[in-house]
Amino acid sequence: MPDTGAPLKLSPSVHAPIAHDSAEKHVSGEARYIDDLPEPAGLLHLHVGQSARAHARIRRLDLSAVRAAPGVVCVLAAADVPGRNDISPIMGDDPMFPEGEVRFVGQPLFAVAAETLPKARAAAALAVVEYDDLPALLTIAAAREAGAVIEDSQTMRLGDAQAAIAAAPHSLAGQLAIGGQDHFYLEGQVALVIPGEDGDLHVWSSTQNPTETQHIIARTLGLRDNAVVVEVRRMGGGFGGKETQSIHYAAIAALAATKTGRPAKIRLDRDDDMAMTGKRHAFESRWQVGFDDDGKLRGAAFELASRCGHSADLSIAINDRAMFHADNAYCLQAAEIVSHRLRTNTVSDTAFRGFGGPQGMMGIERAMDAIALRLGKDPLDVRKANLYGVSGDRTPYGQTVTDAVAFELMDELERTCDYRGRRAVVAAWNAEHPWLKRGLALTPVKFGISFTANHLNQAGALVHVYTDGSIHLNHGGTEMGQGLNIKVAQVVADAFHVPLDSVKISATRTDKVPNTSATAASSGSDLNGMAAANAVRAIKDRLIAFASREFDTPAILIDFTPAGVRIGDQLMGFTELVRRAYFARVSLSATGYYRTPEIHYDRATHQGRPFYYFAYGAAASEVVIDTLTGENRVTRVDILHDAGRSLNPAVDAGQIEGGFIQGMGWLTTEELVFDDAGRLATHAPSTYKIPTAGDRPDAFNLAIWQRGENREATIHRSKAVGEPPLMLAISVFSALTDAVASVGGHRVMPDLDAPATPERILAAVEDVRRRAGDHV
Amino acid sequence: MGRPVRFLLDGEVRELPDVDPTLTVLNLLRYDLRRTGTKEGCAEGDCGACTVVLGELEAARVRFRAVNACLLFAPMLDGRALFTVESLAREGALHPVQRAMVESHASQCGFCTPGIVMSLYAHQREGAATDTAGLKDALAGNLCRCTGYGPILAAGQAMGEDPEAGDTPALAQALAALQPSEPLAVEHHGRRFLAPRTTAELAQAVVDNPDATLLAGGTDVGLWVTKQHRTLTTLISLNEVAELRRIEDFGDALRIGAAVRYADAHAALAGLHPEFGELLRRLGGLQVRNLGTVCGNIANGSPIGDTPPAFIAAGATLHLRQGDTTRDLPLEAYFLAYGRQDRRPGEFVEAVTVLKPPPGRIFRIFKLSKRFDQDISAVCAGISIGVKDGAVTDARIAFGGMAATPKRAAACEAALAGRPWTRATVLAAATALAEDFQPISDMRASAGYRLQAAKNLLLKTFLESAAAAPTRVPEAQAVAHA
Repeated sequence: MPDTGAPLKLSPSVHAPIAHDSAEKHVSGEARYIDDLPEPAGLLHLHVGQSARAHARIRRLDLSAVRAAPGVVCVLAAADVPGRNDISPIMGDDPMFPEGEVRFVGQPLFAVAAETLPKARAAAALAVVEYDDLPALLTIAAAREAGAVIEDSQTMRLGDAQAAIAAAPHSLAGQLAIGGQDHFYLEGQVALVIPGEDGDLHVWSSTQNPTETQHIIARTLGLRDNAVVVEVRRMGGGFGGKETQSIHYAAIAALAATKTGRPAKIRLDRDDDMAMTGKRHAFESRWQVGFDDDGKLRGAAFELASRCGHSADLSIAINDRAMFHADNAYCLQAAEIVSHRLRTNTVSDTAFRGFGGPQGMMGIERAMDAIALRLGKDPLDVRKANLYGVSGDRTPYGQTVTDAVAFELMDELERTCDYRGRRAVVAAWNAEHPWLKRGLALTPVKFGISFTANHLNQAGALVHVYTDGSIHLNHGGTEMGQGLNIKVAQVVADAFHVPLDSVKISATRTDKVPNTSATAASSGSDLNGMAAANAVRAIKDRLIAFASREFDTPAILIDFTPAGVRIGDQLMGFTELVRRAYFARVSLSATGYYRTPEIHYDRATHQGRPFYYFAYGAAASEVVIDTLTGENRVTRVDILHDAGRSLNPAVDAGQIEGGFIQGMGWLTTEELVFDDAGRLATHAPSTYKIPTAGDRPDAFNLAIWQRGENREATIHRSKAVGEPPLMLAISVFSALTDAVASVGGHRVMPDLDAPATPERILAAVEDVRRRAGDHV
Repeated sequence: MGRPVRFLLDGEVRELPDVDPTLTVLNLLRYDLRRTGTKEGCAEGDCGACTVVLGELEAARVRFRAVNACLLFAPMLDGRALFTVESLAREGALHPVQRAMVESHASQCGFCTPGIVMSLYAHQREGAATDTAGLKDALAGNLCRCTGYGPILAAGQAMGEDPEAGDTPALAQALAALQPSEPLAVEHHGRRFLAPRTTAELAQAVVDNPDATLLAGGTDVGLWVTKQHRTLTTLISLNEVAELRRIEDFGDALRIGAAVRYADAHAALAGLHPEFGELLRRLGGLQVRNLGTVCGNIANGSPIGDTPPAFIAAGATLHLRQGDTTRDLPLEAYFLAYGRQDRRPGEFVEAVTVLKPPPGRIFRIFKLSKRFDQDISAVCAGISIGVKDGAVTDARIAFGGMAATPKRAAACEAALAGRPWTRATVLAAATALAEDFQPISDMRASAGYRLQAAKNLLLKTFLESAAAAPTRVPEAQAVAHA
């Protein structure tokens, strides 16, 4: 940075569309992921032996042949865990290696550390495992029948919903099944551990959750937290799948490193990753609504049931969030939301972008379509009539919605995408086309921002200014591709008014910023941006105090500007001021801390203000289905999304489009199939189909809402944008439902479950034909 | 040991003197050469994170092919130029493809990015169309979980023309100089990779090694190594036999040699009938089509291989060879049972001849899958029906995904033959499909869907022959945009 003299380019500020900080490294292949790091001498490679049974007692686990196999250095099982044999985040119910009983197919039974990965894998195959099978609960229905739960069912109430529904002029009920989703981060789970002196460990893990990785490694190994350093430079995708699921594997590698004194690496092959790691929860949603002649709700009741898998993991909070979002953007007037959290002999389901919110919203969106069909109205009119801000402001959990902008967004999108004109075109086209049917839907998203576990709503940052004017930035958030690091760097550069390239982005490390929350709940830039801003403020305050003394100028007349630091009448380069401050023995390093204000929640009553604010969006999707095969295409998408005052519109647009397409995959082609023995049949991209480039419609109009502004004092009035756009894809599901309904002249409501595969669409079409009495 | 494998990397000849015959190029790059820009996403050719580009000398011109490094065995590099993501930047400056990716904000987590850069690089070097349809096809084998693809497609449109076009003649020369004079015969700890260069040499090698694994594109055999972790003792590659790379066009038939890759057969098959073109396009991502062969799809006898039902419907003959002896089989007779084909020890598939559907004949191919691109079929159908004076003269109908092998629908065909070509006939014949097939339920579809969809495909064939309203989703897409 030129200090004085030459004209300075304006410091790149917040709100600018700046490229991802690693973009050049991504495209050149220079960005290092953990498996790309130079391998330390003596590195051991790990392979995990898995349970072949969904639920069984282990009669015999004979690993002697594994131990004797060529290249094997050590074999690890439950008895080898020196500390607590538990890798669960909360409930203490998830062993690193099981003792006596296995609870899902793919559960890690033991691990082999060998000189090479092929040797470790070959050795693992020599294990002799004998099982006594136990009854296995594989489905929501089976677990419900057996009463198997991870915690008691929960109920959230606003008024008397059943009475309101009974008293309403009209009522409707229905249900739908909603499939789970594999994260399919392109980089699978991976960790590298190098043991140090005194039993200390340095852990490189592809994780969204370095602090919890540290805690759990310490706990399983019987160490203090201060013996473990966890470092994360970047992940090759996370999406929630590396919030807890990464920890198991980092802990196994840490155990191997501790046992052998040698560095150890674990990297799951794709099939193993998909078999062993948790996914988005599958749900069943039963809904009931009472409404008036205009389609306005009088009350709504939901009964949600989810397949949680064999342990709690984060399922309690995920199911809570499903309850919080059963209303989506609509005032239910009176509500009863019941949630069953079912324990099954499947992999423990976990966080996935939206964290239960998407599943929670599906019921009310289906209800909106059903109300419209019953009343012969356009679903958009029914939706708009029920929005917060239009028909009320009280949520079922007692929070008042004060920032309702869904109506404005939907109204604007309705016009810009020519919803009404296209509705008429679609109807006319369908009337003329017997075999192909088109469908259209415009749906809103309202998503609550904050961790619902209140203590997680805090963050730290560490900022050093060096005497050459360069800045080292560290914060507690992790980079998984979402552009968190560039956003926080923008905040720091903007606050000091220095060029962005003066700010060095560094790896997240537990020894730099301690006690961090997972980078999750869309909170990354809200929390860490604010923490970094607070660290900068501390340093600036010191610099201002120093300059005030040094130049005998009131602090009020000292200001950081793009041209340099204005001190009264003089302008001093940032570096010059920093250098002078150093010689005057002023500390140029500071930590910053932030906690979200004003939020509170009583889980016993399910009442409070769990969310600091809401993020909003709306999407219109148009589809076409083939009523003979169920094949389908999304033909056009229009999105208007509220990112507040976007910190970085390019990064946010990427989150919006990427989230939408990921949600579209969840609701269309991505189908998890477990066989009767509980084995995941779709354990690789050959059988599990995430969207390709060809699935993105050419007509894809995405806009960040220009009037967006956070009413709360978030960092630069921006809004969180990680998760909310995923739920914009519900418009696709609703449009597909609309297309299926057109087969019966919109006289009967389709029973379409998610994901809407060709098979499900064809079945729904046939069913509508039957019920509408219109046989082919 | 034999002579080393020789290939070009960044303009320099690299030699692999003692190479494991089934070492994948991905592992060679990542763990031996420490070029870690190429990533492993799935190790089965479905995600494209490991995409590299091969430069191959073909008739004095260089073809640039995006391929999956995870499915490519190191000896398959012999005589070729390899480009990885590290090859692109010149003197520290990003290549225009890379620059376009940065400027379009086309990377987020960055893990799929090197593969996408390489797919775009190959596309640019081939001078292929950068309209969205062309780019989507080029990228169908590259999964990205972050971006939603829009920025990547924008980068493809912004990347411009090949800045290295001027270097291609020199590359062609270098490749010409690299072409081996003797066949490759790798021996490594008792395991072998043989790459004969003539049909006669190949035939002899197969007779001498009746238990050898025959390798063409490796898009199937590669998985035996990367997914099933099998040890293959002897591999015999068909790839270096120039005669087997030939497509002979007889006007009313195509003879496709055993080493002809999907990508190279595409134009000829599309010329035979447009339905073949769309089938080939959707059969796999470009990386798979750039390696996989038409005959390999037949030879391994997958019940869900996509070309056999279509070829059987059109009428096809399989040419097998054992030493100097050849024999021909109707394609449908080759598939005996699940995993069992009529291929004798020492014998190999030399070519397939596919007949052109005569003008006026109703000929349809359908491929049903959860996703349009790069997906294995739940049901694949080839339907060929002759109609004269309003009556069906004969029908050839074959399905994949409906039985343990690709199979003709005999009862259905019989229910059509001689009957008037009407909806009633078609519905009756559709019912007969239940006699022909008792499909299974699996992760791709239920038995019920398979049977229902198969029936509906027959109906669809009728509806399309009546030239009424469109019945296919892409047609409606065009309408939606009009």
